[in-house]
Amino acid sequence: MPRLAYSFPEEVLEHVFSFIECDKDRGSISLVCKSWYEIEAWCRRRVFVGNCYAVSPATVVKRFPKVRSVAIKGKPHFADFNLVPEGWGAYVFPWIKAMAAAYPWLQEIRLKRMVITDECLELIAKSFKNFSVLVLTSCEGFTTDGLAAITANCRNLRELELRESEVEDICGHWLSHFPDSYTSLVSLNISCLGNEVNLSALERLVSRCTNLQTLRLNRAVPLEKLANLLRGAPQLVELGTGTYSTEMRPEVFANLAEAFSGCKQLKSLSGFWDVLPSYLPALYPVCSSLTSLNLSYATIQSSDLIKLVSQCESLQRLWVLDYIEDAGLEVIAASCKDLRELRVFPSDPFGLEPNVALTEQGLVSVSEGCTKLQSVLYFCRQMSNAALDTIARNRPNMTRFRLCIIEPRAPDYLTREPLDAGFGAIVEHCKDLRRLSLSGLLSDRVFEYIGTYGKKLEMLSVAFAGDTDLGLHHVLSGCDNLRKLEIRDCPFGDKALLANAAKLETMRSLWMSSCLVSYGACKLLGLKLPRLNVEVIDERGPPDSRPDSSPVEKLYIYRTVSGPRLDMPGYVWRMEDDSALRVS
Amino acid sequence: MDNSLRISHEKELNLEATELRLGLPGSDEPEKRSVVRSNKRSSPEASEELECMSKGNMNSNGSDVTSDHDQDNVVPPAKAQVVGWPPIRSYRKNNLQQKKGEEGEGSGMYVKVSMAGAPYLRKIDLKVYKSYPELLKTLGNMFKCTFGEYSEREGYNGSEYAPTYEDKDGDWMLVGDVPWNMFVSSCKRLRIMKGSEAKGLGCL
Repeated sequence: MPRLAYSFPEEVLEHVFSFIECDKDRGSISLVCKSWYEIEAWCRRRVFVGNCYAVSPATVVKRFPKVRSVAIKGKPHFADFNLVPEGWGAYVFPWIKAMAAAYPWLQEIRLKRMVITDECLELIAKSFKNFSVLVLTSCEGFTTDGLAAITANCRNLRELELRESEVEDICGHWLSHFPDSYTSLVSLNISCLGNEVNLSALERLVSRCTNLQTLRLNRAVPLEKLANLLRGAPQLVELGTGTYSTEMRPEVFANLAEAFSGCKQLKSLSGFWDVLPSYLPALYPVCSSLTSLNLSYATIQSSDLIKLVSQCESLQRLWVLDYIEDAGLEVIAASCKDLRELRVFPSDPFGLEPNVALTEQGLVSVSEGCTKLQSVLYFCRQMSNAALDTIARNRPNMTRFRLCIIEPRAPDYLTREPLDAGFGAIVEHCKDLRRLSLSGLLSDRVFEYIGTYGKKLEMLSVAFAGDTDLGLHHVLSGCDNLRKLEIRDCPFGDKALLANAAKLETMRSLWMSSCLVSYGACKLLGLKLPRLNVEVIDERGPPDSRPDSSPVEKLYIYRTVSGPRLDMPGYVWRMEDDSALRVS
Repeated sequence: MDNSLRISHEKELNLEATELRLGLPGSDEPEKRSVVRSNKRSSPEASEELECMSKGNMNSNGSDVTSDHDQDNVVPPAKAQVVGWPPIRSYRKNNLQQKKGEEGEGSGMYVKVSMAGAPYLRKIDLKVYKSYPELLKTLGNMFKCTFGEYSEREGYNGSEYAPTYEDKDGDWMLVGDVPWNMFVSSCKRLRIMKGSEAKGLGCL
């Protein structure tokens, strides 16, 4: 009986596989049989590496020889909040080096939370003739000199995005290195750069790149220059302004308003540092077609925010400061019926007293009025179980819910009870919930709910919560789809971790800091689970100098097929497994 | 970052933090939780120990210490910062602060505040506020008055009092007309005028 796998020529299978883009599906295809594995590997064009230490560059280039697009993530998420000390790792250089040799036709590199040096950028510019997309999110380690190497050499560059990265700003002339003949820019995001770029070079670049769709400026670009830039690119779809204030002059305003009305394709706005409210009406012509609005730097009053947002009837994504207040969110609930994602950031995160009238009520209003709302990040100072219950019942379609009650361990402000029931309602009703961040006063109970109902949960963030190991046990044993778990300042120790050790191999990573996991338990985990890297982060010196029962400062455990990493800094200790001990 | 190089003892269960909920909400590490500030009122010494961000809170809460608050005697106005909490990325925190270097770092920007009929003047540090609403709220608390809603055309029309300031040129201006940063760098002193007095100000 001829086997089906051999009844199609390879080319046909390749063609069929080319329609499958999703990584998970590609993975499934590769498991069908050996020949499908090989064919799939040969025609895989995009690779996503969720943890740069889970696999080695050599392994990737060996298995997938024809990759055109690569995305790699490095540091753990809590690095965003300064919980990961400097020099931890996530260096992209070994990847660039391996790919420079193996993928001469590489086109796209997307990195998140990685360290990329000027040397890397120069290597990229030199090695990939067709290089077209560079997206660096929350990265660090490079300067504008490295950017100059990219702009000078990458003739086919289409996207250059520096999102929230730390760039040492040496000289604004890197932008001028684009040759005059270069016109292929589609997307430019320099919003995180501190210093000025050469404005006339920018204007010329923008006007000659007729395919430009995304332009995110940095704060240093003055408002007076914005109109000219817009006139040079009326086809823009996404715009990030620079500073949005200057002396109020009618001719500047008129110029700006006219320029905005010329941008008929504009769907996304961001930037808005230092907003002078009197310039906001210049945006009114584009409001009704906006789908995405990021006002999270705009320190303006609720009334001005409302005047703007109430006109944005097509809005799908809104990021805003808590100056919006409950009143503003009520207006949004009434006006923005297509809203899918809401993020409300705190204007005064370290103040003890509320400085704005934003409470749980704002979120409740939006959950009622915006039936498509599925992604929430909300900072507030009070919450109640009743409100959470209402939100959960209103929005069973919620997929990402991140609530940050600013005061750690704040109880339900009405009943003074823990918020277990409220978050329990969220996981119970929102059956497709994939991401959850908890806050407020929480006992082991909430974790019982999460373990019971959070079957689709992939990422959970926990802080200042729980009473005993039972809490952690509920999560590890109940959440079937858990991939990333990050915990800080919780009384979780050895028991739950050791009892659920095997679970850790089914997850991408586990982070625990300021908890009660002992050094001895870490050693045991490292010993028994060779497919995990168990890394203890402790800045107090070698854990061996303290008793085995002593809790470690921080713990990062991740699954890997490439064994121990070789670039750990002095304050990271890897717990050895059996094989290492035998060899030595 | 701030955790580095601290000698730690056996960590107490974090449950202790629950006991201290009315006190400091948290500190850098569990073993430091026992470090409760013993002075209940803000003091220059305590404020120096804090980083710049919380220093701002110190001063803005200094006024709260004098007002009625049920946590007044229990919560020291100073708040020790927990590393990485609330979970906000540093570029976002930095961007909320005013542009640096305009007034000189760390020196504070105290201006006198007077009000018609009040027996003595007050002083506030403009640098601790990031926006007009915050400033006006504090002024309102300090002098037990309200300002009503600001509008560009009418100023604080309709309210009993209006906040005004003397700028670099010696002119008296209505608070709220110019961008916040511009206001902070040009404000020399503040005066809370009666609504009727303020009518001639800042009209375009």
